[in-house]
Amino acid sequence: MIAYALGFAYACFGLGLVMNIWRIFRAPGVTDRVLALDTMVINVIALIGLYGISTGSPVYFEAALLFAMTGFVSTVAYCKFILRGDIIE
Amino acid sequence: MTQQIAEIAISLLLVIAGIFGLSGSWGLIKLPRLMMRLHSPTTATTLGVGCVLIASVVRSWFLEGTQTWHEILIMLFLVLTAPITANFIAKAHLHRHREEERDLPDSGTGRQWATFEDESLSVLPEMTKVGPPDR
Repeated sequence: MIAYALGFAYACFGLGLVMNIWRIFRAPGVTDRVLALDTMVINVIALIGLYGISTGSPVYFEAALLFAMTGFVSTVAYCKFILRGDIIE
Repeated sequence: MTQQIAEIAISLLLVIAGIFGLSGSWGLIKLPRLMMRLHSPTTATTLGVGCVLIASVVRSWFLEGTQTWHEILIMLFLVLTAPITANFIAKAHLHRHREEERDLPDSGTGRQWATFEDESLSVLPEMTKVGPPDR
């Protein structure tokens, strides 16, 4: 039963990732692209978590934590660049 | 018996996570304005990831017998940072569309948005005085 639920969740998050990539290519503004990248990071964290569940090894959660931190810092840096044209003033 | 209940709980959590994650990414495409689109990744997708991580916690506790807290850490980090990124993106959007005013929603208070209001009163960064060293 867990295998079917895992397959469903994999399909959902993979489809979400494809939607985010489509959004990055066809976006009305640059802030939309930043938002799509942020969503992509969250979806990838979910995929790493699902992979950790399906293999049963706890190693992947360090990778997920690293992804979360890098995604947050990169989103803030992008927004700062859009706002001020500079990241570290 | 406990194992069966744990398996049902994990499956339910994974299905809920998939639905929430998909609806978050779908809302990112479907909703008409950016201020609306901000909500779908920051709430729905974060909830989906949270359900995946709770499923992983339940699995390692009840099916493997090991007690882990890594997943709770990731969830805490995501929940703490999602509003900050949303706030940053909203501020960047407001400042980019200030001139044309076409995509900005009404602030609902009869005044303009707070990020524009105190620009004359804002604190400018001050350079520290460069002098000879104390030594």
